[in-house]
Amino acid sequence: MSKEANYFQSVKVKKRIKQTIILIVLILGAILILSPVWWMLATSFKSMTEAMQYPPTLWPHKWHFENYIETWKAAPFTRYLLNTIFITFFVVLGNVLANTFIAYGFSKIQFKGRNVLFAIVLATMMIPGFVTMIPQYVVFSKLGWLNTYFPLIVPAFFGNAFFIFLLRQFFMTIPNEMIEAAKIDGGNHFYIWSRIVVPLSKPAIATVAIFSFNGAWNDFLGPLLYVNSEKLYTLQIGLSVFKGQVSTQWNYLMAGSLLVLLPVLVLFFIFQRYFIEGMNITAGTKG
Amino acid sequence: MHTEVPKNTKTKRPRTKKTLSLKQKEGLQGYIFISPWIIGFLCITAGPLLFSLYGSFTNYDVTSRMDFIGLSNYIKMVTNDDLFWISLGNTIYYVVISVPLTVFGAVLLAVLLNQGIPGLRIFRTIYYLPTVLSGVGVYLLWMQLLNPTTGLVNTMLSWIGIQGPAWLLDPNWTKPALIFMKFWSLGGGMLLYLASLQGVPKSLYEAAEIDGANAFKRFIHITLPMISPVIFFEFVTGIIGGFQVFQEAYVMTDNGDGGPANSLVFFNLHMWDKAFNVFDMGYAMAMSWVLFIIILILTLINLKLAPRWVHYQGGDQK
Repeated sequence: MSKEANYFQSVKVKKRIKQTIILIVLILGAILILSPVWWMLATSFKSMTEAMQYPPTLWPHKWHFENYIETWKAAPFTRYLLNTIFITFFVVLGNVLANTFIAYGFSKIQFKGRNVLFAIVLATMMIPGFVTMIPQYVVFSKLGWLNTYFPLIVPAFFGNAFFIFLLRQFFMTIPNEMIEAAKIDGGNHFYIWSRIVVPLSKPAIATVAIFSFNGAWNDFLGPLLYVNSEKLYTLQIGLSVFKGQVSTQWNYLMAGSLLVLLPVLVLFFIFQRYFIEGMNITAGTKG
Repeated sequence: MHTEVPKNTKTKRPRTKKTLSLKQKEGLQGYIFISPWIIGFLCITAGPLLFSLYGSFTNYDVTSRMDFIGLSNYIKMVTNDDLFWISLGNTIYYVVISVPLTVFGAVLLAVLLNQGIPGLRIFRTIYYLPTVLSGVGVYLLWMQLLNPTTGLVNTMLSWIGIQGPAWLLDPNWTKPALIFMKFWSLGGGMLLYLASLQGVPKSLYEAAEIDGANAFKRFIHITLPMISPVIFFEFVTGIIGGFQVFQEAYVMTDNGDGGPANSLVFFNLHMWDKAFNVFDMGYAMAMSWVLFIIILILTLINLKLAPRWVHYQGGDQK
């Protein structure tokens, strides 16, 4: 009997040791993962000489809060910010409207060819962006849309394969009986979409909104291709131009980078749940 | 524009229209709902796809010419463009190392996080954070982190007595530098694996333990098969994404000049140069089709090999 107790005791101890080792590894890993973010923050507050100093300091000698104001003034960042907000707003709006609409069609209405068309939706995820980029550029230039925001905004209103997939996945969990009941009450599909399915799908829609916000906010390639004049620059383009202007002033560059990343960071901490939920919808269907 | 569509359906719905059966009416509405996608698919995917396929056989330059020149672009690519081969080689190097490394790291991390350790939520947030951070700001940050003398990476390496390489300045280390940066955001995959791991029934492990399977065996025979669909998904999308690597190389080398000794000329970077600097659009479109076909073949191979190692529970995957 005591032998058995000993056995369990030793298993317990072993387990505890294992857990402790794993915890230490994970903490070290977390420090490594976070260190670049700390570095960015610390550098952004350093003086220029300290930012270039060797060996580098991990904690600024003196915190230069004015770096942020000077950075913001060094380039028309306010303009870039307003431009980016404008584009992002319409991209998110387009993505939420179009993709909920399309996904509703693919999940709640029976029609001929639905499965084939949905397979095509999924297959389009495999097409490299650069294949369609050149012809799109040609079309948009023929439409006179170069140096406007149309090429960045309009496509968002025509659906995105990944978002359609994600929303369809979610809509399928809404019981069809609810749809049928609404139909009997005389509701048409548009009514059901706007009054039942969309309000019930807030978490999934939030996921789509957040992902598309991040996509639009961080988009570099689109504005690089379609926007030429400086007054239309977005934050991403502005930041890359800024890099050329202040090439060695790393404190300013890091302050600028951090300011550009800030909305994304804030959004992440507030809506973390939706990021994780979105990923889980993907994982749940794959595994 | 499409937001107007539903209003039209309302006017189309009156019951007087007896010619359509209920089922047909329903079907019509289905098409109306997916119509934005159909229009988008035709105008910004399928149409451009066909245009670029035809364009790849021409000397198109946007402004004036578009003469059919047969396979010339493809022949030139293979026989008379060193940068094509360099860019293809660089891209394959990047994909072959980056994709398996990131998958491996993310699986390992997810398994560690799944051992019932305290503070799981905090760890999950921390490890996922870099995935959210992207764009120019992050590339600028990494350019500084990878600075050979004053950067954080080499500083940390020096603490453990390693003399770090010159990273973005040394042609041999530019690609590892980008792979390293990519590895930083392994949290996206981790989250998927973790979600999948949490769905593995505990009883499976208990049964295996009673049968005397050690931790390693349990990992190989239970954990891996159970999360194999997610590994497969990450692997396939990783390859598709990896072959299209562009932005980081463009920003981190001065506006896409390709880095030291062309070591960061990736496929898309070369294509970009041909299309929007030289305006040899026909040639660039031919390149884009080569990339498309490479990705297509690799994806088909992956799908073909999947049944050998991907384990689907219950069989029905929809």
